Amino acid sequence: MSYIIIIVSCVFVNNIVLSQFMGICPFLGVSKQIKSSVGMGAAVVFVMVCASACTYPVYKLLERFEITYLRTIAFILVIALFVQLVEMILKKKVPPLYRALGVYLPLITTNCAVLGVTINNIDNDYNFLKSLTNAFATGVAFTLALVLFSGVRARIADSDLPKTFSGAPATLIAAAIVSLSFMGFSGII
Amino acid sequence: MNEHSNWYEFSKGIIKENPNLVTLLGMCPTLAVTTLASNGIGMGLATMFVLVCSNFVISLLKNAIPKSVRLPCYIVIIAGFVTLIDFLMKGYLPKLHSALGVFLSLITVNCIILGRAEAFASKNPVFKSVLDGLGMGIGFTLTLFFMGSIREILGTGSWFGFKIPWLCDHPMTIFIMPAGGFFVLGILIAVVSKLKDKTPPKEIGCASCPNASACTDEQKAECAEKEAEAL
Repeated sequence: MSYIIIIVSCVFVNNIVLSQFMGICPFLGVSKQIKSSVGMGAAVVFVMVCASACTYPVYKLLERFEITYLRTIAFILVIALFVQLVEMILKKKVPPLYRALGVYLPLITTNCAVLGVTINNIDNDYNFLKSLTNAFATGVAFTLALVLFSGVRARIADSDLPKTFSGAPATLIAAAIVSLSFMGFSGII
Repeated sequence: MNEHSNWYEFSKGIIKENPNLVTLLGMCPTLAVTTLASNGIGMGLATMFVLVCSNFVISLLKNAIPKSVRLPCYIVIIAGFVTLIDFLMKGYLPKLHSALGVFLSLITVNCIILGRAEAFASKNPVFKSVLDGLGMGIGFTLTLFFMGSIREILGTGSWFGFKIPWLCDHPMTIFIMPAGGFFVLGILIAVVSKLKDKTPPKEIGCASCPNASACTDEQKAECAEKEAEAL
């Protein structure tokens, strides 16, 4: 049951982008087309789940030596290393997948949502399976926000806006409205 | 790169190249922690500290770091200073520390810091890099303070604990909700570009890429081509 609660709360109630403000840069940058948002979303889900799986034993190790204050450094290194590794493996072994996700992978290292999820896992005292569930649900939430928003942006691109508001301001105000709609989910858990 | 005076390097970050409102970097903390003006200042100062220190160290080490592994090196240096400020804040300002929460650790992946390291500190002398870090940090802090003030005044009807007579009876709570954050930032960007009499920045170019600020137009075109191919 608690797994279902984690999933619903991550995807709808506490959506990582729209109510926790992590990963805003890719949210605004890659959401121009539905296709690229799905690609970015898939890459983020993949990296988040694997990064959570990697950082869990790393944190246990840090805990053993009582140096948990090093977690930020350790986690970001693990994530950066992991992303590089995945990029190399995909390039060599699974070229079609690399062509689909390749461009997005290097961007993910500095996506704060990934580091945020791994730190959240620790702060919430999740066990291994719960960490993976949380990472997966957060990735799905990120994808959902991106895909929904790319639909909205296609409409903004067609509309006639005052010069001062065209571009970034219009995008942010549209994001406010999308975020407003997600507020409707608050309180269901 | 030595064509500009020290004063220029310092002052450009405050308005002309304001990291939030003009180059659209570091949006996550800008939106997340600005529910109160005091949180905004705290976050801004913490980021400024990390920015100045990392610019200083990276500028010192610019000839020692091999080009191919520079990004991991920068990240480690930045993460070190973030850990330091995390400890300092936990010790001296525990209330602010718990208010900022996970976003204090996330200064590590703030694209302003990596962007300045890549675009400025790795190419310029130490003194100028420190000035650049200070200027950018002040610009960031000011933006956060403005955002925080607007959201706190409209959303709670008070400012640093002072109650504002009419507003505090009917606060517009929406402004301290996530939606209000997006809204206020959008308006601020529009106002700043109106004041500068320019069209607002189109989009965030290469989608949160830390290298983007250092890329030439040619490289950017190449990137865009690659992305188009992938689609």
